[in-house]
Amino acid sequence: MERLIKERTKQIHTIGTTAHELDCEKKSLAGSVSQRACVFCGSRVVLYPIADALHLIHGPIGCAAYTWDIRGALSSGPQLHRLSFSTDLREKDVVFGGEPKLYKALTELIEAYQPKAAFVYSTCIVGVIGDDVEAICRQVSKEQNIQVLPVMAEGFKGTKKDGYKAACDALSLLVGTDNTYEAPPFSINILGDFNLAGELWMLKDYYSKIGVNIITCLTGDGRVDEIRKAHKASLNVVQCSGSMMHLAREMKDKYGIPFKKVSYFGIEDMADALYEVASFFKSDELMDKARQLVGDELSELLPALAPFKLKLQGKKAAIYVGGAFKAISLVKALRLIGMETAVVGSQTGNRDDYMLLKKLCDEGTVIVDDSNPNELSEFVKEKGVNLFIGGVKERPIAYKLGIGFCDHNHERKEALAGFEGMLNFAHEVCASVTSPVWKFFK
Amino acid sequence: MEPIPMIKDKRSFVSTRNACKLCSPLGASVALKGIEGCVPVIHGSQGCATYIRRYMISHYKEPVDIASSNFSEETTIFGGVQNLKIALKNVINQYRPQAIGIATTCLSETIGEDVNLLLHQIKSELHEASWPALFSVSTPSYQGTHMDGFHATVFEVLKHFTLKMDKLDKINLFPGFVSPADIRHLKEICSDFGLDATVLPDYSTALDNPVWNHYHRIPQGGTPLNEVKTCGGAYASLELGAFCEVRQGGKSDGETVSPAMWLEKEHDVQRFASILPIGVNSCDAFFDKLQKLSGKALPEKYEDERGRLLDAYADGHKYVFGKKAVVYGEEDFVLGLCSFLDEIGIQVVVAASGANTGKLQQKIKEHCPVHADTIKVMSDADFEVINEISHDLKPDIIIGNSKGYYIARNLDIPMVRVGFPIHDRLGGQRILHLGYRGTQNLFDTIANALIDYKQSHSPIGYKYM
Repeated sequence: MERLIKERTKQIHTIGTTAHELDCEKKSLAGSVSQRACVFCGSRVVLYPIADALHLIHGPIGCAAYTWDIRGALSSGPQLHRLSFSTDLREKDVVFGGEPKLYKALTELIEAYQPKAAFVYSTCIVGVIGDDVEAICRQVSKEQNIQVLPVMAEGFKGTKKDGYKAACDALSLLVGTDNTYEAPPFSINILGDFNLAGELWMLKDYYSKIGVNIITCLTGDGRVDEIRKAHKASLNVVQCSGSMMHLAREMKDKYGIPFKKVSYFGIEDMADALYEVASFFKSDELMDKARQLVGDELSELLPALAPFKLKLQGKKAAIYVGGAFKAISLVKALRLIGMETAVVGSQTGNRDDYMLLKKLCDEGTVIVDDSNPNELSEFVKEKGVNLFIGGVKERPIAYKLGIGFCDHNHERKEALAGFEGMLNFAHEVCASVTSPVWKFFK
Repeated sequence: MEPIPMIKDKRSFVSTRNACKLCSPLGASVALKGIEGCVPVIHGSQGCATYIRRYMISHYKEPVDIASSNFSEETTIFGGVQNLKIALKNVINQYRPQAIGIATTCLSETIGEDVNLLLHQIKSELHEASWPALFSVSTPSYQGTHMDGFHATVFEVLKHFTLKMDKLDKINLFPGFVSPADIRHLKEICSDFGLDATVLPDYSTALDNPVWNHYHRIPQGGTPLNEVKTCGGAYASLELGAFCEVRQGGKSDGETVSPAMWLEKEHDVQRFASILPIGVNSCDAFFDKLQKLSGKALPEKYEDERGRLLDAYADGHKYVFGKKAVVYGEEDFVLGLCSFLDEIGIQVVVAASGANTGKLQQKIKEHCPVHADTIKVMSDADFEVINEISHDLKPDIIIGNSKGYYIARNLDIPMVRVGFPIHDRLGGQRILHLGYRGTQNLFDTIANALIDYKQSHSPIGYKYM
């Protein structure tokens, strides 16, 4: 294998041959060309789908420009989240302080757009120049009579994962502020789904069919007033555990709401999610309906998947995604269509996630944490994979090497969650892996 | 689903709503990708490098590796020298680059990092067998736009590598921030005129690679550093664009100078300048300069391209005449497009840029003799301002990068994608804008977009134009 960074050796593990455990949850190494972004990015992607809130980014223009309409997170109603607001700090603001501009910007935007709440994101230099963002938020909140929530997301203060925490901290200020609501029985919150390509709507449909009421989703198709009532739920169902675990834990401590970690990718995990919720409520009726729903879905889905499995049997895949929990589901989903995973990694996985992956994957599979283009290109070459599952930054690595690609990042336009999503997934994988264009690449 | 909210009454905003510009380190990164064997390092938080990579990858559909010195809290308090050192070590080890260009960020600038000083320190502490060329450029994102970062980088590369030398039989060509296809075309033109031209930067391959047999950690192509060294020996520079001036020393009150101006002053290289050659007028002026520089007449190939372009103007003039257009983007792009649209009878109603050099209005006046007085020139503009005014002015077409698509969609009018970024289509890197050939491409695309709109909105699906 060509030159890789020695200091990263511990974050790479080959099942069966590597002696050490995989190291993770570390800050990225300078010069490594990590695929991760920063604290700000972590907070921004989590809060972005809250559609009736104002999202104001306090800093120079880059942070706002690069996150404008960044996710395929759909809203069924308001679209305010799709506007990118920035204080666009200039040199004189940096010299004399950005507070006056933040105050004016926040005030004018709230008056113009009448949002239900406002999130103000602190970026790198805000702390350095000494702006008291929290104080401005308090002041404007009082004057405008809406909640203005500071998101302390200075890019350098940790990793993308710390940004998830910053987002959860801001959300926890919103949760529990409406006590007038009484939740019906079997009420849950969905945490960690972002309604990419309308996936949440599919999930809502499943839950409603089995008789479960959803108070709010954090944050897919999110609404401020729904989030205020979230503390009335009996259960938090957490997907994408990396981003929302902080909030789930906090709601458990503060409101005594238990949480369950689930995944909606692939048949097994999707079915388990429904069963887990049904069994939590100890209701035979819910469980019967869940079984019925899964049975109905599978009777249609399994025959539909069969032709894909025939074409994809024995093909190899590499997975590199943001959170490792998703990677686990993807390994299972790939297996369902006959594919094995030869390389799997994530930007922000934790020890538990990676232990699970190690158990789940076959011997010889490379597991990698916080990887970079050089490592990824070496691994996929070495393993001779036919498919790469990743996001925008991984796509050209695959294509340059003549490998099929499935976009499983937040820009995707195809719903990949749920039973319907499994079929879309098989379709997308098959379309890319078996495309006739690759014959020119050999 | 509700529409994206839009403010109906006219009011001014302190905030920027949907920026029509990008930050300075992005421009630096694009330019650094045009230097052979060069890996960019962004001195700041990890996110800056990753966001810029993602933004560029979505346009160029190519691997774009940019390293980061990955500031932490300690770095921000105690300074970035240790992180920069680790970054350089890891970049050298992974990439074996010929050069590393370090671009600063708002963060490293605000804490007062002097990267050149740090580089001296690192070189004395770290014993590498052979160091790649190291240089830095000051690109605080609170100053100007991505274009300032782009030109500042070209300028720093020249200042760092160019040597004093006797005159050579070569010219320098500074294309500005144009597409890889444009750069390839400019190189072809120079070659057809028999001109030995150093094009700086040249990302025509690095950001538009053919498919690879094996993975290249550093894509091939780029301006060779050896050629940059001899830029001072060129007998002339040709600079495309009217907004290439950089503030010396990165200070807002510093003296401004463009790369070609600096070469003229310091190395006695005669400067020729032209706006981006889009449209017959600008192309004629551009090719005229090439004839002067080469002492050769216009090659027949371009004579023909010019003739075919005029022929197309005749075929299509009626479909474009009197149409109202909204144009936005980098100032040079806007100027080039306005000049072209003016000569074909399209009335530009808004010419907007997120940049604010204070010269756009004047330049548009100079180059748009027909509609100069009715073009609303907007500097320091954002997309929401453009959106709001477009609703009043009722344009027939929108011409610019893909970020204005939502405006075209709201207004239900056609859009022609040009420039950077184009994130919602294939082929942004291959759009040819320059020369008679590029103009031909734009003219056909614009005319056909208008024809397509009329056809698809007509009650009968007619088969002839």
